Amino acid sequence: MGKILLSAEGLSSGYRGTKILNNISLGFGSGQVTVIVGPNGCGKSTLLKTLIRFVPLSSGCIVADGKDAAQMTSSELARIVAYLPQKKNIPDLTVMTMVLHGRFAHLSYPRRYRKEDISIAQDALKTVELSELADKNMSELSGGTQQRVFLAMALAQSSPVILMDEPTSFMDVSYQMKFMELSRRLADGGKAVVMVLHDLSAALKYADNIIVMSGGRIAAGGSPEEIFQSKALDKVFGITMKRTLIESEFLYYC
Amino acid sequence: MENSGRKKFLLVFSITAAGCVIAAVLSLCLGAASISFGEIFTDGTVSSRIFFLVRVPRTAACLLAGAGLAVSGALIQGVLANSLASPGIIGVNAGAGLGVTICFALGAISGWAAAFSAFAGALFAVLTVAIAARKTSASRSAVILGGVAVNSFLTAISEAITTLVPDVASLSADFKTGGFSGVSYTRIIPAGIMILIALAVSLSLSNELDLLSMGEDTAQGLGLSVKKMRSLFLVLAAVLAGASVSFAGLLGFVGLIIPNMAKRIVGSESRRVLPICAVGGGAFVTLCDCAARTVFAPYEIPTGIVMSAVGAPFFIYLLFRRKGGHSRG
Repeated sequence: MGKILLSAEGLSSGYRGTKILNNISLGFGSGQVTVIVGPNGCGKSTLLKTLIRFVPLSSGCIVADGKDAAQMTSSELARIVAYLPQKKNIPDLTVMTMVLHGRFAHLSYPRRYRKEDISIAQDALKTVELSELADKNMSELSGGTQQRVFLAMALAQSSPVILMDEPTSFMDVSYQMKFMELSRRLADGGKAVVMVLHDLSAALKYADNIIVMSGGRIAAGGSPEEIFQSKALDKVFGITMKRTLIESEFLYYC
Repeated sequence: MENSGRKKFLLVFSITAAGCVIAAVLSLCLGAASISFGEIFTDGTVSSRIFFLVRVPRTAACLLAGAGLAVSGALIQGVLANSLASPGIIGVNAGAGLGVTICFALGAISGWAAAFSAFAGALFAVLTVAIAARKTSASRSAVILGGVAVNSFLTAISEAITTLVPDVASLSADFKTGGFSGVSYTRIIPAGIMILIALAVSLSLSNELDLLSMGEDTAQGLGLSVKKMRSLFLVLAAVLAGASVSFAGLLGFVGLIIPNMAKRIVGSESRRVLPICAVGGGAFVTLCDCAARTVFAPYEIPTGIVMSAVGAPFFIYLLFRRKGGHSRG
């Protein structure tokens, strides 16, 4: 694993007095794709929201690029950590405007875009293969395409860490595969890529590290092979995970 | 990039601004007395006094109230992510009205006292609705219904005060429907200063408003200080609506119609919507006021009645359009 870009120590948090996350410690390193899995309601989304300080900590600390996140402004943290939420409001903005908003944390008041920002936004759109839709309105796009626009917006943040909550929802199967390959390329380019996924097969196939959550805690963590061998997924989900070797690659199923 | 969108915005803004200028000129020219251009600048004449002491402040009041209420509506819709929210519907105007009523009942009738008490009442109402919506994660329709309840509650208190304090009743006769028949410089200058400052701040924060409208966690992830900005926008909305209500009374529907029309025409990008709202709101209220003064001449009806006559059907249209599932709001 490369340099740890985002870490948490003894992190607990929740909503309105209800504790959801309990004493979580983890770290995300440069060049790694980390997938977080767990049953519904186990705190996966809350973990990501806590890491961007949307959900306040009740204890513990978050360190982003070597600095205490609690001491950072929202913009400073957003320059290190980008976040793609699960549930989104879809504003009636053009695709390019949306992606340019990804540059928000890099702009000082009164937030005028520089040539560099426009160029980065165009590159982000190109990365998700949506350059030709730059002038379209979000409301004209399918759910999967809207999701790719949000991904481009997160990429335009140019942050070394990217957190994504169920990023493949609404995407068709062919783009889901492209997305996982894109995640790999982003990690190979030095980013720490973190995503919540429900698809255990994809998690085991594409991740460098898997974090298994249960009841607001980390139940297990490690490489896909370690997680498969430990049967942590079987215990947490109440399933029997199996695999078969096809053309020298494992295919996971349950 | 986005040249077509920018061209469309410039075209729409130019047309709206031209409409605003025409409405202002009409408002300055219309009235019971016929005033020639030469008489306006002849010192001491009745015509000159009518022009500078009645028509100019009335026109300025229409433009300021229209701009203030329309931009307030756009801000509230952005923060609540709800295109059916407006200061008239969710009780912000009623809160401002209660503030002014209490102010009158206490005998404080200066422009600054009215403007600040209206702002305080508006802020109380908007915070009540916004905090309740946030704490309970209420649905969009529940937020509107909650706002209607806040509206009724605050209006009931105003009515009670008006009934119990007879002096207030005479002051608040035009206030309930909204109108500009009694505006004066002493009333509009303090409120106008507040509106112009709040408009300038709101226009400079259009990117932040766009981010908020994407959802609070998305906005936080993009680097927006969500709590601070949400509070700031609610304060700005309360300043704009409160200051407008302090001299214009309870004008309904401007804050609903104008932002929705602007979004339909130029899209939801706030840096385009807010200027169109400011200019379009001013033009709309001024034209309604011209109609209120001339349709039944020599009788004058409160401007709020004309605006409600136009606004109510539009609101019904919006509701049915949403029911059809075509709007994302």
